[in-house]
Amino acid sequence: MKRVAVLGMPNTGKSTLFNRLTGAGAHVGNWPGVTVDLLAAKLLLGDAMVELVDLPGFYNLHGFSEDEQVVRRFLETQPVNLLMVVLNASQLDRQLALPLQLKELGVPMLVVLNMIDESGRLGVRIDLDKLETALGAPVLTLSAKFGRGLEKVKQELARQLQQHPRLTQARPAAFDQDQRIERELDALVSASVTSPIHLPPSATDKLDKVLLHPWLGLPLFFLMMFMLFQAIYGLGTPLQDAMAWLLDHVKADWLEPATAAWPEALRSLVVEGLFDGLGTVLTFLPIIAVFFMLMAVVEDSGYLARAAFLTDALMSRLGLDGRAFVMQLMGFGCNVPAIMGTRIMRSSGLRALTMLIIPFSLCSARLQVMVFVIAATFAPLAAPVALFALYVTSFAAAFLTAFLFRHRYASHEPLLLELPPYRLPTWRFLGVESWRAVRQFLAGAGGFIVVGVLLVWFLTHYPFDAVPAGPDTLAGRLADLLAPVFAPLGIDSMLSVALLFGFVAKEIVIGALAVIYGVGPDALGAVLSARLDWAQAFSFLLFTLIYTPCLSTVAAIRTEAKSWRLAALSVAWPLLLAWLASFAFYQGVRALA
Amino acid sequence: MTLNQLRPDASGVIEAIHAGQDLRRRLCGLGLRLGIRVRVIRHSPLNGPLQVRVGHTDLILRRTDAANIEVSPA
Repeated sequence: MKRVAVLGMPNTGKSTLFNRLTGAGAHVGNWPGVTVDLLAAKLLLGDAMVELVDLPGFYNLHGFSEDEQVVRRFLETQPVNLLMVVLNASQLDRQLALPLQLKELGVPMLVVLNMIDESGRLGVRIDLDKLETALGAPVLTLSAKFGRGLEKVKQELARQLQQHPRLTQARPAAFDQDQRIERELDALVSASVTSPIHLPPSATDKLDKVLLHPWLGLPLFFLMMFMLFQAIYGLGTPLQDAMAWLLDHVKADWLEPATAAWPEALRSLVVEGLFDGLGTVLTFLPIIAVFFMLMAVVEDSGYLARAAFLTDALMSRLGLDGRAFVMQLMGFGCNVPAIMGTRIMRSSGLRALTMLIIPFSLCSARLQVMVFVIAATFAPLAAPVALFALYVTSFAAAFLTAFLFRHRYASHEPLLLELPPYRLPTWRFLGVESWRAVRQFLAGAGGFIVVGVLLVWFLTHYPFDAVPAGPDTLAGRLADLLAPVFAPLGIDSMLSVALLFGFVAKEIVIGALAVIYGVGPDALGAVLSARLDWAQAFSFLLFTLIYTPCLSTVAAIRTEAKSWRLAALSVAWPLLLAWLASFAFYQGVRALA
Repeated sequence: MTLNQLRPDASGVIEAIHAGQDLRRRLCGLGLRLGIRVRVIRHSPLNGPLQVRVGHTDLILRRTDAANIEVSPA
């Protein structure tokens, strides 16, 4: 099959063009010798099937950043028929360096000047003939966002592929090139590109005056984050509830009657193990879809780079950057999409560190547990204080973790970001982004989650003649074994079994407690307030807040980071921290009282 | 003087870049090259990054990185 590599610098609309050409059919593929997954799609051009590969955005073929190395490794190992180089037409003064470098590879090339609408507005004039001669490749103009010029690009792609039917391997000598390019660039730019010297202040400049204002900028950032958060979870939570409602009905009206006559162990395996496991996976889908749709708006708008500008003063001290902070805040709704959202960060160290701190964000599932237990065990006046203290703890745990691990997961890339002009995204692009995220979550994390749910089901149901989650089950015996560990925290063995359930999903902790204490959810509050004093209750909540992320979050970390080690660390470190925090709190209170 | 010492709205021409090959190439890819004119747009408060403009590109970079770029005021 013929193969075309799509490449370009960041912020050239390369992915928009890729999506335009391939639709939602792209899949993530592995390439031998290339360490990261690349998006690829098959496409019928003329009479031939062509594979389009989307390479990460990069600035320089000779650079050493992770993305630059991925591109280089790909070009070194994979022969292609054609390179499609996407450039931002309004930034040709620097971006033409890229086709000049790529020309040396000796692979046929097609140059696409994207965002031609923006460059036209800026008054940039381009001499296409001169460019074609200098680059030795056809040059086309395009507005990928609005689809203008897309047909021409397709036709030219088909024509070029007919002319170059054979795969070509890049010339290896070209990978260590000299400084000649800079001189060539200057000559080429002055010959073929004219842009006005004085630009009138653009709409972006005016907006930035307000949004990046020295002391209005940060409050506006928090206001914007709050609104984004409300939008994501205001839209996503009802959809999630609807999904849960639907699953409940399928279970009660269809699955339970159908399995009623089965042996108890098998029935329980299917209903409480498999079905609930699949249900856990499914309830995440609406929130992931909505999250990626709205994050695509923020990312495409150009505001994310501005968030980095505003918050970097604080975050750089923690070894993070502003984009990590945005994802941490989004984690307060649900950790899973926030973990997946770290894709916007290109440095793997920075990404790993961010994935390590996101699980400390007090997500809405944990909030249900907090609110229930606080309402049951605290005086009405003290309740808001307790909840506030938990939020403060959530930030403190995240920042402490970032501070402690900032050298272990250091980012070796300097903060050098483009501030693109503010842009409005297109609906089509939003749809593609969220559909792709949902599919990747299903494929990557789905199996892991079902297996985890089955494991917890087994622990809490075996031996099958025991009362589920009771003291005779494996979970009950495990809790007895661990009693000396939890006793200094004021957490008894019944509560620690509930924590085991909480590993599957935090929102089922309350339901699990009701089962463990053998009461209905309505009576649970009274039971809790009778059995726990406020110090024990708060210690339990501290532990619930910090200890291990839920199974779906761990699964997301494993798939996103492609690292069992990071997934293991994201379970082990919070467990230790949770124990230390609860121990310090509980023993402190007991010592003072 | 160095890039981080330029006041907002001031411009300078890059005279030297004291950085490793890697950072130098990245800067170059973003348009920060010798002999090129840069304008500082604004500073982020609390010693945060700078926003600079090179040609049609706006960039942010940290002050510690900007301190390695020598400019002559223009």
